[in-house]
Amino acid sequence: MTSSSLALAAPARAALGSHPLTERYGPILTMVLALIAVWYVAAVAMNWHLVKDGFEREETPYTVSDILAGTMDAERPLLPAPHQIAENFFDSIFGYPPLAPRSLVYHSLVTLSATLLGFVLGAGFGVALALMIVHSRVLERSLLPWIICSQMVPILALAPIFIVVLGALGLQGLLPKAIISAYLCFFPIAIGMVKGFTSPDPLQIELMRTWSATPRQVLWKLRWPAAVPFLFASLKVAITISLIGAIVAELPTGAEAGIGARLLAGSYYGQTVQLWSALVASAVLSWGLISIIALVERGVNRSMGAR
Amino acid sequence: MVDAQNISLTFETADGKVDALSNVGLQVAEGEFVSFIGPSGCGKTTMLRVIADLQQPTSGTLLVNGMSAEAARLARSYGYVFQAPALFPWRTIEKNLKLPLEIMGFSEAEQQQRAAHYLSLVNLTGFERKFPWQLSGGMQQRVSIARALSFDPALLLMDEPFGALDEIVRDHLNEQLLQLWRTTGKTVVFVTHSIPEAVFLSTRIVVMSPRPGRIIDIIDSGFPPDRSLEIRETPEFLKIAQRVRTGLRAGHSYDE
Repeated sequence: MTSSSLALAAPARAALGSHPLTERYGPILTMVLALIAVWYVAAVAMNWHLVKDGFEREETPYTVSDILAGTMDAERPLLPAPHQIAENFFDSIFGYPPLAPRSLVYHSLVTLSATLLGFVLGAGFGVALALMIVHSRVLERSLLPWIICSQMVPILALAPIFIVVLGALGLQGLLPKAIISAYLCFFPIAIGMVKGFTSPDPLQIELMRTWSATPRQVLWKLRWPAAVPFLFASLKVAITISLIGAIVAELPTGAEAGIGARLLAGSYYGQTVQLWSALVASAVLSWGLISIIALVERGVNRSMGAR
Repeated sequence: MVDAQNISLTFETADGKVDALSNVGLQVAEGEFVSFIGPSGCGKTTMLRVIADLQQPTSGTLLVNGMSAEAARLARSYGYVFQAPALFPWRTIEKNLKLPLEIMGFSEAEQQQRAAHYLSLVNLTGFERKFPWQLSGGMQQRVSIARALSFDPALLLMDEPFGALDEIVRDHLNEQLLQLWRTTGKTVVFVTHSIPEAVFLSTRIVVMSPRPGRIIDIIDSGFPPDRSLEIRETPEFLKIAQRVRTGLRAGHSYDE
């Protein structure tokens, strides 16, 4: 009797905890709330002396709660509080017309265009390299070390050289930034696609041989479709890297526009709140880009019979 | 259809030379169903791969369909069925069947018509739009047989096609394969390590032995073409099976 009533009561009690929405977003939400709480504590701790010194300099009497309030809306805090960043973020997005030089939308678009162009160039180059490596052992041996070396030089050191050299060739603005971005993002694609192109089962390759398929047919009907999962995995890595590349490329050029320019200006003038909201913008941007790729991936997977 | 004389094949391995095939000679006439049987390492699969030009013999002469093995492969003279179905997972069953036809440049209408015909031949009509993972292992292997037949090669080479399937499915597919062979009139070269399977299916059984891989007996088996699984209980069947078993035992070295 008791045991059966317990068994009946259990699902009702667990209903909220097992609701699909709670199950899916509960953990994420908890994590975010915890982070925000930690952030606020850190903001108070880090800005405390800054605010206290301010009061003492101005020789105004203050209480602990004055300092506490001060740490939450300092003009140039060491660590801005989350609501300050959010305020600045929404302000610089909705507070100006999208193409005004003070609008974060404008700066994001500038960086986005370099990112996308760099991504397309890098992806194309990466796939082309992978094709060459897969089809020729000589190329594999001669190219692979250089490809790996190319990624061992810090891009921050290379970027100014690129800008100067390309500038001397008459290339300015979007293209040099895109090239730096491509330089970074071709790598995961080349490596991933070499793996993808060599992923078919030996039996499948032998079958193609028994049908005396041409190398081109083996590529299009076997190697390429087999590489698709690897392609999407690499693309997701590459798109974030190309965003980073585009931002890094904006730093040494002293670019007037772009998320990189905003970061640079923010750090020059100690505008930490602006700095952080530019960071948020780049995070939102890369989240959006990855989501688009994930969406395309889901569509492609469905048409290729993924279970 | 297949004329092999003094075929030898030696592998170079880290432990020295391995004689995978030693002086193998065999003639397979058109319309025959010939099985290679023997323990692992006896070279039966290697012999099949040599016929298919997937491996090249060290010495000996080989004619497939009146030409060299390579020319026969380039002329698409044979269909090959592996132990695993090796279907392309991103293609539907119908598109898997069409794959060799696409490669060989058949017209769209011809591809459609052949895919439908060969799917029905292996009793899989209605599964056109399914993906391989939605089919059982036995069904997948039937698709791979249909795929090997789809471009109508004169010769069918089968490497333990039912080796990974359970006994009941295997019996069922043996009957289906026999019927397929009877209706299509193909020449089949079949590799197996199952004595009942070899005796039931074949017109001739080639018993092989390892180290070096060689033929130790060739047994004719003349059952009527429309035989059913019940003949496996008859004295004639058991007599041939016994002879195969004796051959296998004789070829087996004692150190195992």
